[in-house]
Amino acid sequence: MRLTLLNVIVAVVLAIAFAALNAAYLVWAERRGAARIQRRPGPNINGPFGLLQPPLDGIKLMAKQLTIPGGADKIMFITAPVLAMFPAIMSFVTIPFSDTIVAKNMSVGVLMIFAFASMGSMSLLFAGWSSRNKYSMMSSVRAVSQAVAYEIPMLITTITVVMIAGSTDLMEIVHQQSRSILHWNIFPLLGNSHNLLMPFSFLIFFICTLAETNRAPFDLGEAESELVAGFHTEYGSMGFGLFFMGEYANIVIGSCMTTILFLGGWSCPFGLFPGVWWFILKLYLLIATFIWIRWTFPRTTIYGLLNLSWKILIPLSLFNLLFTAGLIKVF
Amino acid sequence: MNSPILLQPDETFILNVGPQHPATHGVLRVKMEMNGEYIVNAETVIGYIHRMHEKMGELKTYPQFLMNLSRMDYLGALGYSHGHVLLVEKASGIVVPERAEYIRAIMVELNRIASHLFWFGAFVMDLGGFSPLMYALQDREHILDMLEAVTGSRLTYCYFRFGGLYNDVDDDFITAARQFIPRMRKSMKKYHKLVTGNIIFRKRLEGIAPLSKEMCRKYGASSAVARGSGINFDVRKNEPYSVYPEFDFDVPVYHECDSLARYMVRMDEIEQSLRIVEQGLDKLPGGPIMPDKKPKLIKPPVGDYYQAVETARGSFGIRLVSDGGKNPYRLKLRSPTYSNMHLFDEACRGMMIMDALAFMGSLDLVIPEIDR
Repeated sequence: MRLTLLNVIVAVVLAIAFAALNAAYLVWAERRGAARIQRRPGPNINGPFGLLQPPLDGIKLMAKQLTIPGGADKIMFITAPVLAMFPAIMSFVTIPFSDTIVAKNMSVGVLMIFAFASMGSMSLLFAGWSSRNKYSMMSSVRAVSQAVAYEIPMLITTITVVMIAGSTDLMEIVHQQSRSILHWNIFPLLGNSHNLLMPFSFLIFFICTLAETNRAPFDLGEAESELVAGFHTEYGSMGFGLFFMGEYANIVIGSCMTTILFLGGWSCPFGLFPGVWWFILKLYLLIATFIWIRWTFPRTTIYGLLNLSWKILIPLSLFNLLFTAGLIKVF
Repeated sequence: MNSPILLQPDETFILNVGPQHPATHGVLRVKMEMNGEYIVNAETVIGYIHRMHEKMGELKTYPQFLMNLSRMDYLGALGYSHGHVLLVEKASGIVVPERAEYIRAIMVELNRIASHLFWFGAFVMDLGGFSPLMYALQDREHILDMLEAVTGSRLTYCYFRFGGLYNDVDDDFITAARQFIPRMRKSMKKYHKLVTGNIIFRKRLEGIAPLSKEMCRKYGASSAVARGSGINFDVRKNEPYSVYPEFDFDVPVYHECDSLARYMVRMDEIEQSLRIVEQGLDKLPGGPIMPDKKPKLIKPPVGDYYQAVETARGSFGIRLVSDGGKNPYRLKLRSPTYSNMHLFDEACRGMMIMDALAFMGSLDLVIPEIDR
């Protein structure tokens, strides 16, 4: 009993370390990737390939003074960056990276991750509202309406997958897809679903992940050409650093969820050597797609964004849900 | 004191966009009265970098004032110098050798392409796409290198002299320019694929900020702002100057009146400028670049002179009132962006802030040129 408790603590610490490391080094990866896309070198001075850039950036940010603007709501102002980072990191605890590598598997893993994910938008609201800056205020209003609009289709799509798997246990969802590539939830034919609409579900889920993590082309919260820096305009020092890392931690969570729900988790496409490496490969391919999209597309408008969700994604995902329910009844 | 901002549903608030704001590309300030995300009223406040170029024109002699013109618009500097030298030459009756005029036209067109490329990158960046700026700057770099080799500077040129040029072009320049033309055409295809065809980009510009013909005329708009609204006016065609009548080029005109039309006009203008450079290189005559006979001291006779040129930003007019002395009595600079910008106050009412700032980007504002 004591040994298992120790195991859990070690696993949780490792999961958190993975999240923090990812958040730090994805900043590096993004900067290198962006530089590659734009035909410039990117960070390459500090260490080999600029690999020491993230820790040095962290030291610089920590060494800076944390200024709180006059008239700001102090408690909310300080809480917001912590709220941005904390739920994202906590979500890692329940994500299964392979059969054995999981900090704490829960039978309601899906629910827990969504519960934490919805806390993320609160941090944007707090940050923008408490800064007493008009740009931040507008940004947080946008961020909240965006979060509300995109959580709905995302949840509906997830429910579709949960219905197919018959479980909210992430381990169980992966196990059901693990036979071969054709059994992944994204593919309609051999899988558990027999549902022709599953590729669309995957697309909807992916778009919603982009929007939920405030990534381009849906980065309306921090639209730098309009709202200066959006909700974190007034943040300097590690307050800004936490927002920054929180964004990347959220991207990792979103990609993890996409991998687990649609791409068969750690299972191998050819049935060979299933294991954590397949999970990591799929995860980083998705993240690379995130970075690629960000540096290719311009930003959408706020009404375009809301219209896309309410008029297209929600009806589509609802229809998909009903269709899947019907199929499950038939087969 | 410590309470957050609270607003009633139809209460408006004032948003100060600028003078330090990423979207204004300089020190322009726009005081916006906002209702949520909608602009109720906007007022542009200019003058943050007023440098009294007109007054300097009165205080300096003609050659001393030459370098001031390129400080007006740092992106398309040569066009402004061109206007000035043409005016003073006209006033004092200096005849320019043909070779010099051809080289002037080639340089001005190359500079126009450089200016449009920078605008293109900055405009897409306003819309949130960062990468095209880097591509555009790379192409612009080739032009700046060519211009640097001949003129000696990269941004604020002082290349034109009354009667001719400071330096002749060499074979290196001609080879480089000939190589540049097909490369630029290839890049244009890439830009159209990457940006013009992008659905998000089109959605953000189509039908946004329609400017009617009447409105463009009322505010004296020129350049792509007017031509995007169906006004076929280009000083190079309508009031020909220099050697432009010798060239075969079109004036792109679009009738959609929206931000996309303004974008398309500028993109097409790059192609037209390439055509002019191409023809200029083919037709380039030999001969001197400075006239044999030139007065030692430039003293235009008493009179009132005017010259308009088409710069990258539109119709630039320069008026000179001479009292026969070493200095002008009055030098009035009519800068095109000044007129183009004042459209913004009226046109942006009722727009959302993100559309309004995209619209502002499509006007191609260079603030030092407004403030002079």
